[in-house]
Amino acid sequence: MRILKVNLSEYSYEIEERDDIEEWIGGAALAVKLMREEIKPNVDPLSEENVVVFAVGPFTPAYPLASKTVAMFKSPLTGNLGESHAGGRTAMAIANAGYRAIVIKGKSHKPVYVVVENDRVYFRDARVIWGIADSLVVARIIAEKEKGRGIRTIMRIGGAGVKLVRYACVTTETYRHFGRLGLGAVFGSKNLRALVVIGRGAFKVKDVKAYKEVYREIYDLALKSDAMKKYHLIGTPVNVKPLNTIKALPTRNLTSTTFEKADEISGEAFAEYNLGRRIACAHCPIACIHVATLRIPYENEPYFYRTIMVSYDYEPIYSLGSMLGVGSREGVLRLIHKVETLGLDAMSTGVCLAWATEAFKRGLIGENETIVKLEFGNVENYLQAMEYLYQQPNDFYRVLAQGVERASEVYGGREFALAFGGNEMPGYHAGYATHIGYLIGLRHSHLDNAGYALDQKIKDYPPPEELVDQLVKEECWRQVLSSLVVCFFARGVYKPEIVSKAFKPLGYELSEEELIRYGEETYREKLRLKVDMGFKKPRIPDRIFETECTHGKLEREYVERALDYWWSKYVR
Amino acid sequence: MPKRLVTVDLEKCVGCGLCVLACSRKFGYAGNDYSGILSVSLSGFERGATVIFCRGCEDPPCVQVCPTGALRKRKGEGVLYKEELCIGCKNCVQACTIGAIFERRDGKIAVCIHCGYCVNFCPHGVLALKEVKA
Ligand code: SF4
Ligand code: SF4
Ligand code: SF4
Ligand code: SF4
Repeated sequence: MRILKVNLSEYSYEIEERDDIEEWIGGAALAVKLMREEIKPNVDPLSEENVVVFAVGPFTPAYPLASKTVAMFKSPLTGNLGESHAGGRTAMAIANAGYRAIVIKGKSHKPVYVVVENDRVYFRDARVIWGIADSLVVARIIAEKEKGRGIRTIMRIGGAGVKLVRYACVTTETYRHFGRLGLGAVFGSKNLRALVVIGRGAFKVKDVKAYKEVYREIYDLALKSDAMKKYHLIGTPVNVKPLNTIKALPTRNLTSTTFEKADEISGEAFAEYNLGRRIACAHCPIACIHVATLRIPYENEPYFYRTIMVSYDYEPIYSLGSMLGVGSREGVLRLIHKVETLGLDAMSTGVCLAWATEAFKRGLIGENETIVKLEFGNVENYLQAMEYLYQQPNDFYRVLAQGVERASEVYGGREFALAFGGNEMPGYHAGYATHIGYLIGLRHSHLDNAGYALDQKIKDYPPPEELVDQLVKEECWRQVLSSLVVCFFARGVYKPEIVSKAFKPLGYELSEEELIRYGEETYREKLRLKVDMGFKKPRIPDRIFETECTHGKLEREYVERALDYWWSKYVR
Repeated sequence: MPKRLVTVDLEKCVGCGLCVLACSRKFGYAGNDYSGILSVSLSGFERGATVIFCRGCEDPPCVQVCPTGALRKRKGEGVLYKEELCIGCKNCVQACTIGAIFERRDGKIAVCIHCGYCVNFCPHGVLALKEVKA
């Protein structure tokens, strides 16, 4: 496999043929391997020594839905291993340019953006665009200047990344994000405004006939699968209503799990009143990206409107909607648009502001700190606060830009600072598996092991040890999927049997057992890297025991036992 | 009667590029290098997506500028491409006003020959084969 290594300190690059690491497949597994080779575990995440790996998989141009790119880096938010996945056209462009992975090292002396065009790498001056806060504008400028229309990806940061907000994201193709854990700040710290990859290429498969047959099978499965239909029609926000019904929708900094305006901001309502178009990641037949049209009048100028297109998903609806007590679709869309332009992670931003709102209410902080009055449901003030998160005009916003864990260390309110392993909480409060899942998931993401989904199926909980083993097993299999960079929404399509079958026409033999073993190995290696980076047992926020969830109130003892068990069995 | 690839409803295009991948796959390749169709956003996905491919000129400029006869007028609309005659001069790439001829990595070109293979892989019914006069 070919790996491109770009060195920003020296404005140089090399392309390596690495047949020796073939068994690291791609995606998450390969990224862990390359991180191990390239990074010293104790480096400062915002220093020149941090390393970023973008990895795609062996199926990427070959089969549908192998459409994710795995980014790995040291996270400035958690100080530990950072991993985040994004769709868009990134995976396709990297694979067609001929690479399984791209490694970014060093730090540019001045702002640049980098263009990879198949075998060539160009370093471009980005000083002129460095001060532009709006990520969409930056992307448009680069898109107009560079070639490769239709076969490229433009991964860029907004103002939040430039200003090193530790949960700044990297955005690709307008609406997809390497959202979590602060890759945007890592870009910013490297003086890297954007990474453009232009890829035209293809490889001949080993067995053409079998390849076409397996392709057809996967394609048909994807279109017919019920699991995918859910995302097809209403998109991920289809979850708002059911989660609200089962008391799992975190509301107003998780003081409640039902939101009286849930129907207003449900997937169904967005689809009926706001959905403007749908688009897809490259090589995805589903097109789950739902884009809303929002017409905003100018207050003092009649007959002047601004029409914006905002992509909405369940996660931002939770974090900028129910979590902030915002129950109007227009309000939610405007907040999403704001984080989109600044390049902030929607979930971290929402959770930070929700914590700040409660801290404000309790008098831990005042207007001296927040400048604007923070109150649940007040969209205008939240928009202003987001602007401050970007500008960081005072100490408070400088601290809040480091995440809720840090902010609650400085200002108090730990009990209701909803972070797991330093990462702000995702949008589920469904039961034990949800929270244990966040705590032990190697990215502290709900998608690591899908505890939130398990909670929705479970009636009686097994002993915590059993639950942990079950979650780890799921996470190990998901290592396989994220090494193949298969979209998790397609996990119902890519069962072990199909995966193994799909490898054959490409010239690889991989049995189901081998795949599962690879997953386990990746899990262990990732955890080992986390430990070497100083991973500490994560704090359990008190709030999760105070607010009723699907299964009533949760007991601390169960969660602690689970965490202790995981720590002694898997970490130590 | 010969057939030509057409769009039925371009507004429904989601920019997935499945058609692009189908076109190279037809030749046994995984990727986009051999594809005679390109999926693009309309200056950013906020404005939607579209596909670019040969629209089967009655009097094709690409054929006119091809020095070797690698591109010939097809019976019906569109062109035939004889790869072994192509010297990779890229005259045709310049000549096609809509940019429907693509440069391959090996220096030759890719152009839609209206075979219809991609039609079956457009999940949103954007593409179709239409009968045209010979
Ligand atoms: S390739 Fe372009 S110039 Fe040639 S026939 Fe098609 S549309 Fe016309
Ligand atoms: S690139 Fe090939 S097909 Fe195009 S004009 Fe030149 S010889 Fe003809
Ligand atoms: S009709 Fe055939 S040649 Fe034209 S784009 Fe589709 S698959 Fe390619
Ligand atoms: S397959 Fe259909 S929807 Fe997808 S890019 Fe091609 S024409 Fe558009």
